Amino acid sequence: MTGIRIADKAERVDFGTRVVRARIGRMWIRFDLRALVIGIILAAACVGIVVAALISGEYPLTLGEVWHALFSGERDFTRTVVVEWRMPRALASIVFGAALGASGAVFQSLTRNPLASPDIVGFSAGAYTGALLVIIVAGGTYIEVAAGAFAGGIATAALVYVLAFKRGIQGFRLIIVGIAVSAMLSSLNTWLMLTADLDTALIAAVWGAGSLNGITWQQAGLGSIIVLVLLALTLATSRPLRQLELGDDAAQALGVRVEPARLGLMLISVALIAVVTAAAGPISFVALAAPQIARRIAVTPGVSVPLSALMGAVLLGASDYAALHALPAMLPVGTVTVVIGGGYLIWLLIHEARRRS
Amino acid sequence: MTARLRVEDATIGYDRRVISQALSVTIPDDSFTVIVGPNACGKSTLLRALSRLLRPQSGQVLLDGESISSYRAKEVARRLGLLPQTSIAPDGITVADLVARGRYPHQGLIRQWTDDDEAAVVEAMRATGVTELSPRLVDELSGGQRQRVWVAMVLAQQTPLLLLDEPTTFLDIAHQIELLELFTDLHLAGHTLVAVLHDLNHAARFATHLIAMKDGRIVAQGAPREILTEELVEEVFGLPCRVVDDPVTGTPMVVPLGRQRDTPRVS
Repeated sequence: MTGIRIADKAERVDFGTRVVRARIGRMWIRFDLRALVIGIILAAACVGIVVAALISGEYPLTLGEVWHALFSGERDFTRTVVVEWRMPRALASIVFGAALGASGAVFQSLTRNPLASPDIVGFSAGAYTGALLVIIVAGGTYIEVAAGAFAGGIATAALVYVLAFKRGIQGFRLIIVGIAVSAMLSSLNTWLMLTADLDTALIAAVWGAGSLNGITWQQAGLGSIIVLVLLALTLATSRPLRQLELGDDAAQALGVRVEPARLGLMLISVALIAVVTAAAGPISFVALAAPQIARRIAVTPGVSVPLSALMGAVLLGASDYAALHALPAMLPVGTVTVVIGGGYLIWLLIHEARRRS
Repeated sequence: MTARLRVEDATIGYDRRVISQALSVTIPDDSFTVIVGPNACGKSTLLRALSRLLRPQSGQVLLDGESISSYRAKEVARRLGLLPQTSIAPDGITVADLVARGRYPHQGLIRQWTDDDEAAVVEAMRATGVTELSPRLVDELSGGQRQRVWVAMVLAQQTPLLLLDEPTTFLDIAHQIELLELFTDLHLAGHTLVAVLHDLNHAARFATHLIAMKDGRIVAQGAPREILTEELVEEVFGLPCRVVDDPVTGTPMVVPLGRQRDTPRVS
């Protein structure tokens, strides 16, 4: 049967949606048109958010001034504002948002559970414990706190994975063990907070809300590079996800090495969220909401990793812009993402329920 | 008799629980082999070993003369397709999209959707009669239609060998027969089929080669007309019965005696 050429359009598969088939050089691809268009719109929205973040603030700039500051090479005050102050934060909000969205999509697909996110393997609670220990016990610097969060999160995720492992990993088992470990760590976190003095506890609480306030190139630059490498790795290895959604047996029968593929994808997505948490604290909700919002807008079967990444970028970018400019107090972005993302998700779900009934 | 797929002196089981010991099975090429046996006799376990889902604790499964575990995963998937007992259709997936996922072992990062993929999916949907359903959502289909779609997905894999794990369970009788006739069509089109079935009469009617298992062992194997006797059914299932000729096809037909067992038997 191989080698048959498609004679005419009538011989083409009707996918039920508009599909673009393309051949670029040696590459053969197929896109869902709607998903492609949504992807382009989301990417454009990301650019728009960055531009808006660069021009607005207490020292408002025009597009021309921003352009001049970026590309003229003159070292004046405008350049400092744009390149040193506003750029790292704008970039971080977009890139970190993409990391959270992609990471959430991988977890939701692997566990076949729309409520899953890297949090379910205890990552956030563990990262918070790590950061608290550094802040309260050692009174550490920014970098030390980041390292503590990173170590705490990874160690907890590893522990949950090992505890949940029984002849391979099952999504449901992973979720149950994750919830148990998270709950234990949360009570440890509460106890740590109560033992700290007021000032230290306040610093810890602010860190725990997740914030991009005061982010500099030191965190944004390195963090972004690592995230972009990990994102490329996620996209390159995410093809087996589509098969794993069909069940482990079906995936294996279709030529997926189930356990190595799942472990690899989990490691990458935990690494993604670890980098973000280390740099900005535990920003909640983006990993949970972005894949579901993207899925509902683009009407894709299962969650899509690239669309979830773009949706996460828009969600965090917009939330941070709102936190910085639209709201009276400088709120940590973590609180805004919950309001914006949560509100939007509820609206989508109501909308969907109405359409179906 | 040539056989692309066989089991050689294998011990199969889960962890410390051994299901089959020193098991050797040959799947004759171009056969429609059906494995029957009581619950927990090891028939699904055997199918899992044949499809590489389960690695034998000792001995081996041979595919084209080489140990099946020595192949790359995708290479096995290009020679041998499996319809598992339970599969999950992702929310909101269309029929064509699901069938297209069967093309995975033929695809890569560069070749994500070629004309060959398109042709294989068109052909698989035609062969299973689901072309008309192609744009529909899998969630909206009836059980019988859905099972056909899953068969189409396995067919799109374009493998000479097809393994089917209890494919007719959960279907009503009309859909069961319809599906078994589809399998016969596939068999006649040149596929080698191995199916685990519960219904002995279906097995007798559609199989060209029957394997009867009990307690992890093979009790009898061969053409249904030759091996399916009252004694075999009594031994394997512990079910007193009579075996008569199927009035339609002439194949053996098992009629359980049940509570009538005290009535005089005609020998």
